[in-house]
Amino acid sequence: MTKETANPIMEVKDLFFTYPNAPEPTLKGNNLTIYENKITAMIGPSGCGKSTLLRAMNRIHDLYAGCKYEGEINLRNLENNKMENTLNLKKENQLIGLRQKVGMIFQKPTPFPMSIYDNVAYGLRLKGIKSKSELDGRVEKALKEAAIWKEAKERLGHSAMGLSGGQQQRLCIARSVALKPEVLLFDEPTSALDPISTGAIEELISELKKDVTVVIVTHNMQQASRLSDYTTFMYLGDIIEFGNTEKIFLSPEQKLTEDYITGRFG
Amino acid sequence: MNRLILNKIILALSTLSAFVGIGFLFWILATLTYKGISSIQLSTFTNDLVEGGIRNLLVGQFMMALLATVVAVPLGVMAGIYLREYGGEKRMTMVIRNLSDIMTSAPSIVIGVFVFAFLVEPFGTFNGWAGSVALAIMMLPIIIGTTDNMLALVPKELREAGIALGGSKHKIVLQIVLKAAKVGVTTGILLSFARIIGETAPLLFTSANNQFFTMDMSGQFPSLTVSIYNLATYPDEASRELAWAASFILTAIVLFINLVGRFVTRNKH
Ligand SMILES: Nc1ncnc2c1ncn2[C@@H]1O[C@H](COP(=O)(O)OP(=O)(O)OP(=O)(O)O)[C@@H](O)[C@H]1O
Ligand SMILES: [Mg+2]
Repeated sequence: MTKETANPIMEVKDLFFTYPNAPEPTLKGNNLTIYENKITAMIGPSGCGKSTLLRAMNRIHDLYAGCKYEGEINLRNLENNKMENTLNLKKENQLIGLRQKVGMIFQKPTPFPMSIYDNVAYGLRLKGIKSKSELDGRVEKALKEAAIWKEAKERLGHSAMGLSGGQQQRLCIARSVALKPEVLLFDEPTSALDPISTGAIEELISELKKDVTVVIVTHNMQQASRLSDYTTFMYLGDIIEFGNTEKIFLSPEQKLTEDYITGRFG
Repeated sequence: MNRLILNKIILALSTLSAFVGIGFLFWILATLTYKGISSIQLSTFTNDLVEGGIRNLLVGQFMMALLATVVAVPLGVMAGIYLREYGGEKRMTMVIRNLSDIMTSAPSIVIGVFVFAFLVEPFGTFNGWAGSVALAIMMLPIIIGTTDNMLALVPKELREAGIALGGSKHKIVLQIVLKAAKVGVTTGILLSFARIIGETAPLLFTSANNQFFTMDMSGQFPSLTVSIYNLATYPDEASRELAWAASFILTAIVLFINLVGRFVTRNKH
């Protein structure tokens, strides 16, 4: 772990988030820094706001009208190295641009009802890539990066619905990776999978960190400690503690963190 | 009383009811098949009504039904998409959804009378266009309802995954969500078609009937269903035989479309 070179890529500052028609904010002034090419794990009891925070980071909440944000979620612009507040983005194509940079993988695999090839090509086509040879190349590369090329190469034209759950999840990762995102957000990506598929996905995620920054929500303490460089513990909409994974798991500063990690509640 | 005996009585009663129901159904189908087939000749298909055949009736019925489909499918599917994907929980959405549900069970004669007032009376003549419009109005709520319900079955994660890949909402709706619901939506369209292809009431006051072959929808227009209704009341044997033949053919068509509808769904789920 090379703490010295850690470089912030996203910064959440005093973030309040309120769901439509909710009486009070779900996120209550969160502050969090996400470091480039590191894996940050988010842990905490059910309902504490992990998904809510994660989904604010690529503004997927905006799919539903009436969500309120206050504060800042900054993303570093890799061209000029300046932090830019993503909450200032208003137009649909600005948000599209954001989501191409900050991708997301969900708990349940979400293959589209089309062929394996088209699943991966879909985001690329949305981006305006039309050339068949470029698509072919990038689809193959993405499938290789997501460690599913071997299983998929003979059946690229077959429906993605015919893959197993774990394969579907890796296909979804391939689909996101194909867009060359800067950050990938994972919301409990293995909780619907068997242990072997889980192992494959974990291995894949640690490989990915060479090229992208990863934020992963998990309920699995072993997964968080195995996989992540940093860990953040959330409770009732607050970020209670953030730090090096080793530190959080071995000598947390907050009593609450310790109680949660040692399984005393949650 | 002993519970086992009660159980047996109820079982016996429900079995009996089932047999009565199925018995009548078979009786109808058997009579229809017997009388229908014995009345069918080659000339039934090649002659028009004036010459004792149903050629013009079949063509007329399908023309009106297909035109109705061409109008009702895009309108209905788009309305269903609006309700489910864009309507949200607004009061207006609820009102439209409920009205459409009510329309599904509106008596078809009422729709016929409504179209009569708008498209027949002002023009002074029964016409095929009016018949088509009446059929389209009957199809619309069925298509809206199934589209709406089938889209509701598509998990929201699929929409979110599309958005997370950088899609705009309308692209995700059209290219992914609608595709995921394709089978159900298609079935709804087929079933709505099967529903209107056998309707008499909406045509009775709109297209009325025509003995001759015609493609001109601005005048009285031939249809199987209205002709069956008329023929069955005529005193002569030949007319009634033709009515049986037409009824049998109509039933076969409706059955066939329903079977196709079921086959399509079964294969995909
Ligand atoms: N669409 C919504 N509208 C209103 N409130 C919501 C909505 N989604 C979640 N909430 C509320 O926000 C809080 C945080 O939910 P969130 O899904 O972020 O929790 P989580 O930490 O991801 O939990 P889990 O581990 O169970 O996934 C919960 O109290 C939940 O009830
Ligand atoms: Mg969650």
